[in-house]
Amino acid sequence: MTTFTPSETAVTEPVKKAERVAKDYVNPYFAGILLGVVLFLAFFITGNGLGASGGMNRMLVFLEDLLVPQHIDRTPYLIDMAGGDTNPLDSWVVFIGVGTMLGGFVSGWLNGRFKVETNKGPNISNKMRWMMAFIGGSLMGYGARMARGCTSGQALSGGAVLSVGSWAFMFAVFGGAYLLAYSMRKFWN
Amino acid sequence: MSPFPLTLSALLGHWGAYVVYLIIGFAFGYVLEIAGFGNSKKLAAQFYFKDITVLKVMFSAIIVAMTLIFTASALGLLDYNLVWVNPTYLWPGILGGLIMGFGFIIGGFCPGTSMVAAATAKIDGVFFVLGVFFGIFLFGETVDKYAIFWNSSYMGRFTLPEWLGLPTGVVVLIVIFMAFFMFWGGEKLEVIFGGKDASTEPKWRYAAAGVLVLIGIFALVMGQPTVEDRWARLAPEKETVLANREVQIHPGELLSITADTSLQVVMLDVRSEADFNLFHILDAWNVPLSEIPTIIEELHLEPANTVFVTMSNDEEAATEAWKVLVAEAVPNVYILEGGINNWIATFGDNDLTKRFNAGAGEDQLCYIFDSALGERYAAAEPDAEEFELEYVPKVKLEIKRGPTSGGCG
Repeated sequence: MTTFTPSETAVTEPVKKAERVAKDYVNPYFAGILLGVVLFLAFFITGNGLGASGGMNRMLVFLEDLLVPQHIDRTPYLIDMAGGDTNPLDSWVVFIGVGTMLGGFVSGWLNGRFKVETNKGPNISNKMRWMMAFIGGSLMGYGARMARGCTSGQALSGGAVLSVGSWAFMFAVFGGAYLLAYSMRKFWN
Repeated sequence: MSPFPLTLSALLGHWGAYVVYLIIGFAFGYVLEIAGFGNSKKLAAQFYFKDITVLKVMFSAIIVAMTLIFTASALGLLDYNLVWVNPTYLWPGILGGLIMGFGFIIGGFCPGTSMVAAATAKIDGVFFVLGVFFGIFLFGETVDKYAIFWNSSYMGRFTLPEWLGLPTGVVVLIVIFMAFFMFWGGEKLEVIFGGKDASTEPKWRYAAAGVLVLIGIFALVMGQPTVEDRWARLAPEKETVLANREVQIHPGELLSITADTSLQVVMLDVRSEADFNLFHILDAWNVPLSEIPTIIEELHLEPANTVFVTMSNDEEAATEAWKVLVAEAVPNVYILEGGINNWIATFGDNDLTKRFNAGAGEDQLCYIFDSALGERYAAAEPDAEEFELEYVPKVKLEIKRGPTSGGCG
């Protein structure tokens, strides 16, 4: 009869987890084809594409509406989403966003990639990376709302249905990133 | 009628429809994660030509989705009119895109991928998500200071085939080959900058490319459905609707729905401008029959409680316009019974009706006007209280298919 003392399990468990190797990512073309099929099904079934920043926008506005409802009712841009009794979460794009996080989590968990870590270039500290992530995120958030959509809602979705504005937007995103890539090389390489 | 997109809220209820979006989002997040998009290093490597996963995934997804969408449309399964196409606001889009490009290389994510990163416990992803919230907050607080720019260079639903003046199928093939060219160049760059071994690329990608091109050629040969094709598919069902006079509404009903504040009525007067100037109903919109196809996109953007009523002198041209609108999946379209002639007969005073021209041709104005007073007649805006009319009400609102907002709406 085998018995385990609590201390034994406590020792073996973390070791096992540390040894659990993250699986490789799938081939990019394969992932792209899968993503294309998901995007097609989204359009085919619902008429809408995918979106990410829109859902985040509405979650934020929901919080703002709890804290400062009067302010919402006086700001034209926010009224559409949450003016009066309008519930900003009552929108398809919010559910896409929640689903995205769930899907990412499940895949990360199944493939051993759910791990507390900070991905960064070798020459910067964690704190520096976090700061850059916050600054980059702020620019992304601001730009995405100005462009009426992010990489998912504009580039991917609008690109697939051949919107002129979405294609112009897509080249602008890649252009902006390549423009700044050289001066940012120390942070990533 | 093309069965897709589905009217989800009618099938599953308002909140039930959101379950579908939740599942789609789940699949989206799952695929982003297995592609490696939860890892900022992998994303940033794109911009140093070391690992062009971003380009490969994005453009494979775009060309696959695009080819399937336009093939489904060519087969009559999917109504492209009801698919949300991001409206073009050219300069705000380009400036926003540039700012996002800066954010991408500084922060290492885009909003969607940062959500996946945060969901898999990447701390940089969490900080990025917080940053996105902050940026969105700043935008909400500042956009009203430059709303003119933000709403400028609006081109509506403007697609590459329209811009290039080429058939959709041709543009689909051009985009496919443009993507292949970028993949080819990108793979070369990966070898040079990333030190990758080119022979590790899977051979099946050529087969996949071949299949995609074949589907694209099939869609090109099929062609996108014209108004005539669309009507031909609907004709058996809709000809009965016309014959049973289910959509020809009595002038009294038109008058009553214009007074109904819960509805928005768009009256499309499809007669010539000359006839329109002689007499028309107040607030009617003069769109000669030949120009009806040019306003379809605009009509699709009207709110769900909109009722469209076509009218001509009698019913002939109005019925033709009705067919075009119905074929293009515009909801809630009706025809004014007996046209403007019947309207005048119903609401006109003696001055207006006494000069009857019995010899007027088919679908011609059968009253004689001396001057073009347009809507400055009492009969152009009759008082519903004055007339006691009996009619069978026919207007029934159908649930709107297809989205009225999208693109991260």
